[in-house]
Amino acid sequence: MTFTLVQVIVGGLLLGAVYALFSSGLTLVWGMMNVVNFAHGDFVMLGMYVAFVVYTLLGGGPLIGAPLATLLLATLGVIVYFGLIRDIMKGPMLAQILGTFGLALLLRYSVFWWFGANFLSLPENLVGGTFDIFGIRIQASRLLAGVVALLVTFGLHLLLTRTTLGSRMLAVAEDATAAQLMGIRPDGMQAIAWAIAAGATGLAGALIATFFYIVPTVGETLGIVAFVTVSLGGFGSVPGALVAGLLIGVIESLSGYLIGAVYKDIVVYALFLGFLWFRPQGLMGKT
Amino acid sequence: MRRTLWLLIALALVVAYPLVFTTPFQQRLGALVLLYAIAASAWNIVGGYAGQISVGHVVFFGSGAYAAMGAYAHFALSPLIGIPAGIVFAVLIAAVIGGPTLRLSGHYFSMATIAVAELARLIVTNTEYLGAAVGLSGPTVPRNVFDMSFISALPYYYLFLAILIITLGITWWMTSSRMGFYLRAIKDSERAARSLGAPASRTKLYAYMLSAGLTSVAGALYAMIFGFVDPESGLGILISVKILIMAALGGAGLLFGPFVGAAILVPLEEISNSLLGGKGAGLTFVVYGAIIVLIARFQPGGILALINRLWAKRRAKPTEESISKEASHAS
Repeated sequence: MTFTLVQVIVGGLLLGAVYALFSSGLTLVWGMMNVVNFAHGDFVMLGMYVAFVVYTLLGGGPLIGAPLATLLLATLGVIVYFGLIRDIMKGPMLAQILGTFGLALLLRYSVFWWFGANFLSLPENLVGGTFDIFGIRIQASRLLAGVVALLVTFGLHLLLTRTTLGSRMLAVAEDATAAQLMGIRPDGMQAIAWAIAAGATGLAGALIATFFYIVPTVGETLGIVAFVTVSLGGFGSVPGALVAGLLIGVIESLSGYLIGAVYKDIVVYALFLGFLWFRPQGLMGKT
Repeated sequence: MRRTLWLLIALALVVAYPLVFTTPFQQRLGALVLLYAIAASAWNIVGGYAGQISVGHVVFFGSGAYAAMGAYAHFALSPLIGIPAGIVFAVLIAAVIGGPTLRLSGHYFSMATIAVAELARLIVTNTEYLGAAVGLSGPTVPRNVFDMSFISALPYYYLFLAILIITLGITWWMTSSRMGFYLRAIKDSERAARSLGAPASRTKLYAYMLSAGLTSVAGALYAMIFGFVDPESGLGILISVKILIMAALGGAGLLFGPFVGAAILVPLEEISNSLLGGKGAGLTFVVYGAIIVLIARFQPGGILALINRLWAKRRAKPTEESISKEASHAS
C-alpha cells in the first residue's frame, strides 16, 4: 500500500514536471504580452505527432524526436507571432480569443484530417525498460521525460532571471515603450518569447509522447492542464508554474488512484475553477 | 423607413425559403441555420453586447437539450414540456456560476466558462440517469404530434423561425432599454460605467441569465430535431465554439450578425460534410479554423460591420471622420 502510494506520487511528480515545462511557455507569453494562447495545448499535440512521425519514418526515439520537435515548434511560434499575434495583440479581446481559438481548430483538425482520430502510441520499450528503485517501479520513459522537463524548466527560469536576454524580455514585459526607448526592440523580444514558449511545448510533447496516448484532441485536455497550472502558479511566473505543475501532477495521479481514473479530470477542473473564483492571483502571486 | 422595408423583404425571403427549396436536404439545412442563429443570437446578448466572451455556453445549450430529452425519455412527456424546465435550469446555473465568474475580466472569464462546460460534460458523462456516454433518446415510435418528431423539416423550420424572431425581439427590446445602455457602457469601459453609477455586476448577471435561458431553448430545439442528445453533441466544447464563431463572423454586438454568421457557416459545414463524407468532418473544422483566424486578423468586427461601413461610404461619400462615427454607431 505505502509502496504503491509512493509510486503513484513519484509518477505524478514526473508527469507534473512535463506539465510544468509546457505551462511555463504559456505563462511566459501571458505574463509578457498579456495574450492567452488558446492553441497552447495543440502545440503540445503537434510535438507529440512530430515524435510519432520521427519514429515511424526514421525509427528514432526521443533523442532525435525531442530536438526536432523543439526546433519545429519554435519556428511555428515565430511564424504565429508575426503572422497573427502581433496584430491581434492590440485589437479587441474578441479578436484575441478568436484568433488563437481559430488557430487551435486549424492545427487540431489538420492533424485529424491527416492522421485520423485513432489513438496512436509509441512502443513501450522505445526508451529503456522499467527501473526498480527501492522497490518503486519507474518506467524509463517517464523518468527521462520528468528529469529533462525539470532541468529545462529550471534552465528557462535561469535564462529569464540571470541573463541579459532575460532582462531585456522582462523590460519589454514591464513596459514595451520604455524598453524601446532604451534600445530594445519589443518585436524581437516578443518573437523570441514565442519561440521559447512554443519550443518548450514541442519538447514537452515529444517527451510525453513516449508514454502518453497520441490523438488530435489531446491538446484540449493538455491545454486546460496548462491553464490550471498557470492559474495556480500565478500568471507570468515560471517558478510558480514549476511548483503548480508538480502539484497538479501529484493531485491528478492521487485522485486517479484513490477515487478512479474518470474523476481525475473533474478534480483538476474543479480546482481550476476554485482558484479562478477565490484566488485569481494564484498560489504564489501577489495580491 | 428604408430599414423597415429591407427587414420586411428579408423576412419574406426567409418565410418563403422552404417553399421554394423543397428538397428534404434544403429544408433541413434551413432549419439548422435558424437553430444555430437562435443559439448565436442568444450568445450575442452576453458575448456581443456585454463584451463577456463566454466559451462555455454549451452548458446552457445542454441544459435545454437534456431537459427536453429527459422529459421525453424518463417521463414520456412531450419534449415541449422540457423547454421551460430547461430554461429554469439554465437560468439557475447562470445565476450560481455568474456571480463569481463575471467578476473575472477578459481571458479569465473565457477560461472559467470553458472549465464550467468541461466539468458539466464530465459529470454528465458519468451520470447513469442522463444516459452517461451513450446519451438520451426518445421512444422509437412517436405517438402524437406533441412528440415533435416530424419526418419533414418544414414544421421545425417554422417553429425555429418563430423562436428566432422572439429571440431577436427580446434582444432588440433589451438594447433599446436602460439595460442596453448600461451594457454598452460596460463594454466600452467597465470602470467608467461603474464610476458613473451603472450597476455593472447586476446588469452583467441579468444579461448572462437572459442569454442562458434563450440558449437552453436552442438546445431543446436541437434535441427535438435530432431526436437524441449525448455528451458530445449536447455539451461538447465545439458547440460553444461554433456558436461563438457564427456570432463573431456575422458581427458580434449587431442584432442580425449571428444570423448572417449562421447563414454562412451552417451551409458550409453541411455541404462539405455531405460532399466529403466522413473525411470531411476534419476538413470542415480546418476551414472553420482558417476562417476564424482570418476574421480575427483582418475583420474583428464581423462581416455585417464591414457591409455597414461600405454601405455608409457608398451612400454619402462622407469624410473619414463621419465614417468612423457611423461605424461606432452601428456597433
